[in-house]
Amino acid sequence: MNRFAALMDALVFTPARNGKIRLLTDYWQTTPDPERGWALAALTGSLTFGAAKPAIVRNLVMTRVDPVLYGWSYDFVGDTAETAALIWPARPGTNTPPPPLSEVVHGLTSAKRSEVPALLEGWLDALDSDGRYALLKLITGSLRVGASARLAKTSLAEWAGGNGVQASVDEIEELWHGLRAPYLDLFGWLSGAGPKPTVAATGGYRPTMLAQPLEDEDIAGLDPAAYRAEWKWDGIRVQVVARTLGESRLYSRTGEEVGAAFPDVVERLAFDAVLDGELLVVRDGEVRPFNDLQQRLNRKQVTPKLVKEYPAHIRLYDILFDGDEDLRALPFDARRQRLEDWYARTRPPAMDLSPMVPFETWEELAALRAGARDNAIEGLMLKRADSTYVSGRPKGPWFKWKRGPLTLDVVVMYAQRGHGKRASYYGDFTFGAWTGDPENGGELVPVGKCYSGYTDEELVRLDRWIRNNTVRRYGPVREVPPGLVLEVAFDSVHRSTRHKSGVAMRFPRVHRVRWDKPAAEADRLATLEAMIVE
Amino acid sequence: MTDLAAPALKAPLPETWVYPCAVERGGGLWVEPGGFHIDPVRGVDRAVITHGHSDHARGGHTHVLATPETLAIMESRLGEGSGTHKQPLPYGRPLTVGEVTVTLVPAGHVLGSAQVVVEWRGSRVVVSGDYKRRRDPTCAPFEPVPCDAFVTEATFGLPVFRHPPAEDEVAKLLHSVALYPDRSHIVGAYALGKAQRVIALLREAGWDRPLWLHGALIPLCELYERHGVPLGELRPATGASKEDLKGQIVLSTPSAVQDKWSRRMPDPVVAYASGWMRVRQRARQKGVELPLVISDHCDWDELCQTLMDVQAPEVWVTHGREEALVHWATGQGFRARPLHLVGFEEEDT
Repeated sequence: MNRFAALMDALVFTPARNGKIRLLTDYWQTTPDPERGWALAALTGSLTFGAAKPAIVRNLVMTRVDPVLYGWSYDFVGDTAETAALIWPARPGTNTPPPPLSEVVHGLTSAKRSEVPALLEGWLDALDSDGRYALLKLITGSLRVGASARLAKTSLAEWAGGNGVQASVDEIEELWHGLRAPYLDLFGWLSGAGPKPTVAATGGYRPTMLAQPLEDEDIAGLDPAAYRAEWKWDGIRVQVVARTLGESRLYSRTGEEVGAAFPDVVERLAFDAVLDGELLVVRDGEVRPFNDLQQRLNRKQVTPKLVKEYPAHIRLYDILFDGDEDLRALPFDARRQRLEDWYARTRPPAMDLSPMVPFETWEELAALRAGARDNAIEGLMLKRADSTYVSGRPKGPWFKWKRGPLTLDVVVMYAQRGHGKRASYYGDFTFGAWTGDPENGGELVPVGKCYSGYTDEELVRLDRWIRNNTVRRYGPVREVPPGLVLEVAFDSVHRSTRHKSGVAMRFPRVHRVRWDKPAAEADRLATLEAMIVE
Repeated sequence: MTDLAAPALKAPLPETWVYPCAVERGGGLWVEPGGFHIDPVRGVDRAVITHGHSDHARGGHTHVLATPETLAIMESRLGEGSGTHKQPLPYGRPLTVGEVTVTLVPAGHVLGSAQVVVEWRGSRVVVSGDYKRRRDPTCAPFEPVPCDAFVTEATFGLPVFRHPPAEDEVAKLLHSVALYPDRSHIVGAYALGKAQRVIALLREAGWDRPLWLHGALIPLCELYERHGVPLGELRPATGASKEDLKGQIVLSTPSAVQDKWSRRMPDPVVAYASGWMRVRQRARQKGVELPLVISDHCDWDELCQTLMDVQAPEVWVTHGREEALVHWATGQGFRARPLHLVGFEEEDT
């Protein structure tokens, strides 16, 4: 548990992806089975303990700590698990060794609800505060260490490489859902000590095929006859793995299970196939903006009202398996035919086919793309007619050709330092738009934040401007007077009750720094509001 | 402290002769029968200074009484502003000032830090300044002095603050250095006390390579060495190339860590040595990658233990989280109250 706690802590404080991978490979290398397997299960969200609830933790702490002191401490720390971990007074004379992670896992899985407090109390006494923190985060199911399941698997592949084992992250993904914690066979394979595990091909996620971005100027070099076009829908890319009713799954394109939030889709998957598509909210036959889909994401409870208001739907792009038949080696055209046949035969509810967009020339396609006003369309997908379905993001077979972004000239209001390599630069901006003519009482209201899109040279100059023009400081935040105009690009804009301005932009980034433009000539809030597609 | 007189039965109540002073009249604590302030915040005629941190040792006083080390630190930091007449008083030597006997006793906080023990007509008050109870190779250890009133800080006065052994934190730093041989490690540490303690702990842990310093740390490190605290080979980081600093440990003032100065480091791992690092959210707010919980103040248990050790019926709590310590002490039967002194900061401790 101590080593696991140290890993959790290091992951929390290491911002860089490569740094996290380094920590993980170091951990796989130096930690024995089954500890490392349980840690992997914890990181990939494969552990849940129904009997351990946050209330149990609080009640336990109250048996030992003055409630007044606990209250002040909680106010200062702001997190129950961390307050409890730090405040827990060790019982004098305790010299039980800290429990290994495997002991915690076995204990919690086999314990009755009434036995959990005593178990927990013993462990809390045996652990130091970092260990207690990791334990409490683990059992209350919110590690939040900034390392995704995908990152954990990536680190496994890197570690295997260091052991002279060729194992790609896609191979691991493909095996993943057939493996069980503590993954002894997986670690055996990746350390070079054992064979690659064999997993029955059921229910598992297959690595997703992704597209390269296509720049307008590069399209002339491509042969229009070799490509097929479809709309690029603005939802969430998902893989449907349906076997028999009740055992079906929905995966994100990184292999995370997302089905729990979409019972209206998952519970109706009564067929045997693996499909690739886009998860959307479709109401009355119309695809709703991404903002509507967001109402359905990361929900612990899916209420009937939510399902009714934001009905989920899958628009199908591709078919990977029809029954047990692996179709991935077929060319796109053949797979599309199989998809259409399968669809006609199966007629699945809450699904439809992503329509093909016929075209002869790139000019014609460009005009179609420019004419698409639907907010749920991000642009076009181009797929080579002969492309097989392969994992990753190969260059050539698939392209995404996004519609030009929306842009707005905004005024910088506040700045904060960035992260990692940019920790010393003021490169994280809060920007605003005018409510009216600034000469006639118009005011700036914040409409968004951005922290990317500029070059390193521009950042140096932006940083200098912020430092030289700061009028007030609020902790890490610097306030500047209106004077710096940014042209920000963003994919779309939505109404939002969470923002004072009432609007929220999707993925704003700096398009150009308008050193030349006076702040008073920046855009009005009304201009932004006009871009909202209801 | 056997030479100190035992408290008499009819001694004056402590609050009748030692009490907080308004900032306009100098601030700090006023010792009336001695005619001097302890750690005043404005220039006064007579000042007794507990230790060299800038919120305690301010400039502009006419007469200054402190340990020789504290006076040296004040001269180094304040130059001519450090006082017109400076009188060094080594630890453990009683001195009569007005009607009061003043003795300086080690506080274990930084080099030269002292508790000011004042006695008048059989009443004894101990003004502990900032203090800690942990071992520190760079300064003399805290000595508890029984007294009628004990004035304590409460910087880490919440039971969530329990500092781990500093040696373990230094081991964490060295583990990280081993893990990232191509990166430099930049350790934010307060220029007086913390920096030298971290250096001494690194030396004890066997790190014998040169340590690289931000310019602001150099004078105080030299001062420590002059006072018999060996710190090994130190080099200025300013002017060093990125190649020089690969796999090396650089110490810097906390403010420079996040600023332009650190851009010269090759892909630095940002570490920060402070008691505040115990709380993850605090550490993350500061953009710290490697929090090192090393404090020159007492943690909660040590604050409580100290009150038990000195057994003063009166406990006056100054800067920090007074309310929690007052609450605890009251529950233990002490007459505890907060002492609202102005001008002491929650700084990089």
